Amino acid sequence: MLPNELTILAAHDRLVAKQFSCRELVDSCLSAIEKKDGELGAFLSVFADQARADALRVDEKLEERERIGLLEGIPIAIKDVILTQDQPVTAASKILHGYEAAYDATVMTKLRHAGAIVLGKTNCDEFAMGASTENSAYKITKNPWDPERVPGGSSGGSAAAVASGECIAALGSDTGGSIRQPAGFCGVVGLKPTYGAVSRSGLIAMASSFDQIGPFGKTVEDVELLFNAIRGKDLHDATTVQYELPVTSYELPHLRIGIPKEYFSQGLDPEVATTVRSAIKTYEDLGVEIEEVSLPLSKYALAVYYVLMPSEVSANLARFDGIRYGASTLRNRVTDGSNPVTENELSSVYTKTRGHYFGAEVRRRIMLGVYALSSGYYNAYYKKAQQVRTLLRRDFARVFEQVDALLAPISPTLPFRFAEKTEDPLEMYLADVFTVSANVVGIPGLAVPCPRKEGELPIGFQLMGRPFEEELLFALGRAYEHFEA
Amino acid sequence: MLTTVEIEHLANLAKLELSEQEKERYAKELSGILEFVGQLQELDTTGVEPTAHVTGLMGGERSDVVKECNPKTRARLLHAVPRKAGDLVEVPAVFGENRN
Repeated sequence: MLPNELTILAAHDRLVAKQFSCRELVDSCLSAIEKKDGELGAFLSVFADQARADALRVDEKLEERERIGLLEGIPIAIKDVILTQDQPVTAASKILHGYEAAYDATVMTKLRHAGAIVLGKTNCDEFAMGASTENSAYKITKNPWDPERVPGGSSGGSAAAVASGECIAALGSDTGGSIRQPAGFCGVVGLKPTYGAVSRSGLIAMASSFDQIGPFGKTVEDVELLFNAIRGKDLHDATTVQYELPVTSYELPHLRIGIPKEYFSQGLDPEVATTVRSAIKTYEDLGVEIEEVSLPLSKYALAVYYVLMPSEVSANLARFDGIRYGASTLRNRVTDGSNPVTENELSSVYTKTRGHYFGAEVRRRIMLGVYALSSGYYNAYYKKAQQVRTLLRRDFARVFEQVDALLAPISPTLPFRFAEKTEDPLEMYLADVFTVSANVVGIPGLAVPCPRKEGELPIGFQLMGRPFEEELLFALGRAYEHFEA
Repeated sequence: MLTTVEIEHLANLAKLELSEQEKERYAKELSGILEFVGQLQELDTTGVEPTAHVTGLMGGERSDVVKECNPKTRARLLHAVPRKAGDLVEVPAVFGENRN
């Protein structure tokens, strides 16, 4: 195996055993990027020089026979909604073209402290809004397993980069499924942590009560390692929670997995259904207790999400006004043939900058949010959705008294083709139907790929658990991997 | 069905300049989405507390004490500003006559 094809743990072992140098490991990834990324489009920026300089430092430590941490010297890719100091951050939007981050996100500080090497920033849907990475203002990313199909979204670049060996692991963000769905579409492991487990400081905010940064990896073990490196209470993010890891090792025969029947109704592609059911069978064979459960309010989760999320988006994106950073009519005229150019008038700085530099989906969601929050509509939409959010939380809490985890499909379809769902925005929103609930109620979700034969498209399943019980999900995920290996 | 006048109102609240074509397109698209999310009206939520955030965490405020900003961070923040006068961020006048 080439160095870039290894997992974090395998690469670490070989670095320590001096089978290759850190420089060789980094070069292996950079070479893969050079060969593949022209076509694949996973990266928006690559930090080759910095990565090689960082590799040198790790190699020096290895020369001195110093111990290195598990993540030390490991090349990681970062979704371009996470701030990386002095390096470009675009959120895949023209409104941040040329912007360089003034500080590191907390997760970046932690990763750098652990010695991880940042390879570059990956492509995504603009401001993380989308399920296919087609909304990026810069480029499309292709599914590594079929260039006519999407890698999923919004963290499509990170998923594709891991799946194609351009990096060892990556970070993404998940607000309504944006880690899990691309993980499923690209055949890699992805985790949406419990809300509050990982700091959002330095994550360009989309929907503050839903957003979580999470890891992509080639194995559950790698994802677990990366999660443990980035999680933790952070003074810069008041929504992070101090919690202790459970001091339990999980015995599979003592665990119960619930299969939510509402996720297996019509509308689920038969091939996806068959594949996910075979994963359920695997868990049966592993001795886990399987039972059917019901989450009767499941069908309302998407509506709750598409009211609350745009509302929060409209508030979070108000800061992009051309005054303090980013693209602006104060820098460049945005002329429109018919209107007089009044770009120095404050209101027009706002409206022209935002109207011109935000993409269509971003503007759509901002307006939806503004509508839902506006006087006369607030009760019917925003407040109502918040109340249904409470009902959904109760639904899940009840089910988690019967079972320890839920197993469900990630996506109702196989990875779809480009332009297949871009005509009607609602079509694309429906892609989130199985993933949004976890964000709405704040629970963790682990996407695990099913075994794939040559020529087949990736299909994965997700495991959802109680808040802060990622460990249980990892145990289940690892067991599945070992069984299917 | 949302009218273009309503879209103009939203665009104004959201500070977005839209073309006439875009207004029509958004009117249609937003109407469809609002119809979809309107299904929440089917549920009886009498007496149900709204959830604003999911962790149940309360408080957690820090004391209102000024901490020094790292000068390098400060320099980077200022570097990003489109128009400034020294260390001050320059903004077109909110009220009164504009002077270019």
